[in-house]
Amino acid sequence: MTTTKFIDIDFSKIESDRMRLNVGPQHPSTHGVLRLEVELDGEVVTNVIPHIGYLHRCFEKIAENMNYQQVIPYVDRMDYISSMNNELPYVMAVEKLLGIKVPEKVEYIRVIMAELNRIANHQIAVATFGLDAGAFTPFLYLFRDREYILWIFEKASGGRLLFNYFWVGGLANDVYPTFKEDVLNIVKQVRKTNKEIEELLIYNKIFIDRTANIGVLPADVAINYGCSGPVLRGSGVKFDLRKDDPYSIYDRFDFDIPVGTGEVGTVGDCWDRNIVRMREMEQSCRIIEQAVAQMPDSGDVQAAIPKKIRPPKGEVYFRAENPKGELGFYIISDGKDKPYRVKGRAPSFVNLSVLPEISKGYLFADLIVILGSIDIVLGEVDR
Amino acid sequence: MEVFNIFDKLLGENILSALVSVILPLIFLIIYALIAILGELKISAWIQERLGPMRTGPYGILQPLAEVVKLIQKEDIVPAGANKLLFNLAPYIIFAGSFAGFAVIPFTAAFVPAEINIGLFYVFAVGAFAVIGIVMGGWASNNKYSLLGAMRSASQMISYEIPGALVILSAAVLANSLDMQKITALQSGPFWNWFLFGGPGDWSKIWILPFTVLLSLIYMVSSLAETNRTPFDIPEGESELVAGYHTEYSGMKFAMFFFAEYSNMFIIASILAVVFLGGWNSPFGSFMSGFWWGIFWFIIKAMFIVFIQIWLRWTLPRVRVDQLMYLGWKVLLPFSLVCFIFISLYRIVY
Repeated sequence: MTTTKFIDIDFSKIESDRMRLNVGPQHPSTHGVLRLEVELDGEVVTNVIPHIGYLHRCFEKIAENMNYQQVIPYVDRMDYISSMNNELPYVMAVEKLLGIKVPEKVEYIRVIMAELNRIANHQIAVATFGLDAGAFTPFLYLFRDREYILWIFEKASGGRLLFNYFWVGGLANDVYPTFKEDVLNIVKQVRKTNKEIEELLIYNKIFIDRTANIGVLPADVAINYGCSGPVLRGSGVKFDLRKDDPYSIYDRFDFDIPVGTGEVGTVGDCWDRNIVRMREMEQSCRIIEQAVAQMPDSGDVQAAIPKKIRPPKGEVYFRAENPKGELGFYIISDGKDKPYRVKGRAPSFVNLSVLPEISKGYLFADLIVILGSIDIVLGEVDR
Repeated sequence: MEVFNIFDKLLGENILSALVSVILPLIFLIIYALIAILGELKISAWIQERLGPMRTGPYGILQPLAEVVKLIQKEDIVPAGANKLLFNLAPYIIFAGSFAGFAVIPFTAAFVPAEINIGLFYVFAVGAFAVIGIVMGGWASNNKYSLLGAMRSASQMISYEIPGALVILSAAVLANSLDMQKITALQSGPFWNWFLFGGPGDWSKIWILPFTVLLSLIYMVSSLAETNRTPFDIPEGESELVAGYHTEYSGMKFAMFFFAEYSNMFIIASILAVVFLGGWNSPFGSFMSGFWWGIFWFIIKAMFIVFIQIWLRWTLPRVRVDQLMYLGWKVLLPFSLVCFIFISLYRIVY
């Protein structure tokens, strides 16, 4: 296994004092309350130790004392910028445990909502990544567009960030009448802005210089660390649960899986991870367009389920492609109305673990960019 | 147009005229800083499809005043373990360095605060003063981010002063003078007499036209690096170093850093305006020229360059420390050296 390091210095030959720098938990670029213990030699990073747990909310323990329905708002709060995507695997896991099938319309609305939220998540990811590299304006362009998506969520569910919209067996309520037109307008707007962002930020010479060949994550290392999502695909591994282990109705849609190709640098660098997110937004737009075209206009949004959910004894693991990677829920039922155990496999947590591996030997400014390219949400890392 | 200091004529060459000559730029600087802060807020807002400040006064034009009042009210914090003397001194040194540059800025034909025949050299000398303040502030703060910011700043200033100085040298060779008033007076007449377009003279200047344009661009880039603004705001790169060398400063001391940054922006802009854009000269020859028109043209030209600085700041990402060094030493320096040599040859031949 060889990793290309930007600055190849044999540290044993140069005797110099290392500086220990505490980055976070209050730092502009740690994307929440992450604390990094960084060892610097001049400006060169020699070691990084992430310290997590500042946002630990005992999600898994709380879930043991809740009804299956009551867990959903807590699931929202894991990866709080893609809540719809968090709810999807949880409710589908419980449905699998119960052995019920939800109506067609529900499946379509769920897919549309999940893909819209994927776009919203990637918009934030690209925006904050640009911000880490020092570009402030693209950040606001993308946040403006995300607002339009949030309006749809707000109209449908009442929430802007935490929705509690997907329920076991269906949805909280039906979508509003002009839902389809709104969604198609969003798709148009997203494509327009993405084109702008590509011109303004992605193919900017300074931006390429800052991100290409930085934080190179080889495919084998990514797989060994269990990375998933854009971090894995940025390294050139074509793995997407929507295609490789289709759930819901994803097998009905025609879409591609973008992977990092090393277009401007090495395969698996920060630029690649970022461009995968940009391209995924386009693919999500394609899925949404097909889903809107196929979606039935009328139909129930709630399957017939008992008022009190008591799944039979057993256990289930259900995984779905979250914007950040593979989000899985492992639920054990002992036949009561409360889960015996709920375990979340959080992609941010797994992806973060690769940070010390890929950031050694780069400059301190690069460390911030690498962290931004991994795109973590501390709510999910700590749970 | 005759070159003189109007206050020497009005009040006689005494202490009073000297005082007026000093206070006038200070008043100008304060007003300019308020306008530039408002400009920064509003231009960034327009670039980003926002409204910007709208609540303080009509269209938010009183926002900079509100910010100044806010900063005055803030608690003055000296961090534990800081070197008090250096910590308190640093912001004033930076400000003094940038304000001293105003001494030789020719606002109009009849007014320059101090007549020095090596004005350009002087501006560079006092401009380099700022780095001392930055390193002092960064070191005395007892904060690792500040220290990193100060170290970056020191290396950045050194690498960018050299190409900048070479540009100024080339201009001095062309103008045969370092006196800012003389350089400006040389470029009188229509705008093709500006040094941006090769300076006054016959058609032979077509030989150096590309070089002078290149020189002005080199100076623009290196001056951006000197004022620590995006894309070269590495010493205070927010996403990395929180606020760099002024992380620990609050209240009026922070305002001083802020003030010095805007003051530096104007100094850089006025050097560019004087050396390459004809200073207070009207672009239309004798049309629209005179004492007041001179002030108008000078400030318009300088503010246009300030606008470009603001525009760039809100468009570009930040470069990295080593990329900045690469640009300074391996791109700008050779180019400016070639331009300098060619322009010197031109002066020998013609």
